[in-house]
Amino acid sequence: MLLEVEDIHTAYGLIRVLFGISIKVDQGQVVTLLGRNGVGKTTTLRSIMGLTPPQSGSIKWMGSEIRGLPPYRISQMGIGFVPEDRKIFSDLTVWENLDVAIKSAGPDEPGWTMDRVFELFPALEMLRNRRGGYLSGGEQQMLTIARTLMGNPKLLLLDEPSEGLAPVIIQQLADQISKLKQEGMTMLLSEQNSEFSLGLSDGIYILEKGEVRFEGSVEEFMKDEETCRAYLYI
Amino acid sequence: MSFDLSFVVLQLLNGLTNAMFIFLIASGLSIIFGVLGVLNFAHGSLYMLGAYATYQCVSLFVDSPGQFWWAVIAASVAVALLGGIIERLLLRRLYHQEELNQLLLTYALVLVLGDLARFIWGVDQLSVSRPAVLRGAVEILGQYFPKYNVFILFLGPCVAFLFWFFMLRTRWGRMVRAAALDRETLGALGVNVDRLFTVVFMIGSWFGALGGALVAPVITIRPGMDVEIIINAFIVVVIGGLGSFWGTFLGALIVGPVYALGILVFPRLSMIFIYVIMVVVLMTRPWGLLGRPLQR
Repeated sequence: MLLEVEDIHTAYGLIRVLFGISIKVDQGQVVTLLGRNGVGKTTTLRSIMGLTPPQSGSIKWMGSEIRGLPPYRISQMGIGFVPEDRKIFSDLTVWENLDVAIKSAGPDEPGWTMDRVFELFPALEMLRNRRGGYLSGGEQQMLTIARTLMGNPKLLLLDEPSEGLAPVIIQQLADQISKLKQEGMTMLLSEQNSEFSLGLSDGIYILEKGEVRFEGSVEEFMKDEETCRAYLYI
Repeated sequence: MSFDLSFVVLQLLNGLTNAMFIFLIASGLSIIFGVLGVLNFAHGSLYMLGAYATYQCVSLFVDSPGQFWWAVIAASVAVALLGGIIERLLLRRLYHQEELNQLLLTYALVLVLGDLARFIWGVDQLSVSRPAVLRGAVEILGQYFPKYNVFILFLGPCVAFLFWFFMLRTRWGRMVRAAALDRETLGALGVNVDRLFTVVFMIGSWFGALGGALVAPVITIRPGMDVEIIINAFIVVVIGGLGSFWGTFLGALIVGPVYALGILVFPRLSMIFIYVIMVVVLMTRPWGLLGRPLQR
């Protein structure tokens, strides 16, 4: 198991958000956290990344405990985080945004280069000298993903990648993410938009009020009519 | 009293020399605020320690050729290290607290470092002589202008250019800019932002100390120079825009000459011109000439 989250409880100050979340992600899988706004999807991803450390529980990455490590260490160990509100460095150009995120890959891995991310996101190549703040929402989303890829992650945490984007752009993004999947990238994404994620996912977790309400494969989810009806047309 | 042109020109050059000193010092203040978000009142103290340490080193290296230059390097590096220690041990604990606590801490440092300097070097006025190669003066329009000032006039823009090059054309500089914009995101991308902050604080301290070291031959070193300079440095960054590098340069280029020429007109009220400029800037562009409005 690549990532094993076990019974984590996370709070922002006195406000408790996660009440014992457990998630497993296997090598090469795409796993989706589905749920409405405010159920703890973002907090789950931030907990894994160490940005909002959980109070209790365990997070095992390739067998070793990472709960309590600072985010930069977790990133160096191979987990890449794509934040929901994009968080582009607005004064830095596209090229500079990518440059600050470069981390060398392991010796036997191909590794991401500028050329390779431009191949995946051709739109970015033409914008390489434009400042991040002057990009459209879709371009910023691509840049955020590309930037995280420059760190050669083994697992990509994508927080609501389709949020706030036009349908055409969402389709493009889904294609790019499935391309990443074909290349063997393991991903854990959070989504409100089930249409976007169902086609991509191997496994699904449905979150409600900081707890896991359902877990299983996409087929199991589609068969479970009650859960399906409750969550598919949010 | 008649103003002949050569006198005005010379006074302008003196003002510009002063501008370069203030720029060096204020740019350290500005980068620390821009990246760490901390208003470091103790920056003037680091400047003062830079001057005292230069005095100390000059007397230590008395027999070696180029003693002044070695002293400048040793003193500014030593103070930069002290800055690193201050950031690691004290300031780091206050990043997540309200700004008032940071101000109180840095103000406390002003008092502590001021007393420390008094304890080590006493209250007498000390002086450092100019390096041998830069003694004497050049003649400009029939007036004499110290060679050392000519050197400072060249050095200022060189430092500005080097710094600009570092920030825009090196990976470290890009990371510093990214950290200023969003430290959390940069950390999640695998950069040890804590270490980066320490380095930035050391660079900022180094600028302050370098200003103190280089100004040592043209002023008297004495207690109280720390508070004096911090006020001028704040005025410069407020006019230019806190956190804006070129704003600091521009602010210094305004304050230096205005002060120097103001002395010619109203010798006792020359600071008034500078305060008037600051007030006008604050009323029309509160974020400074080249700064930008705070985004929260």
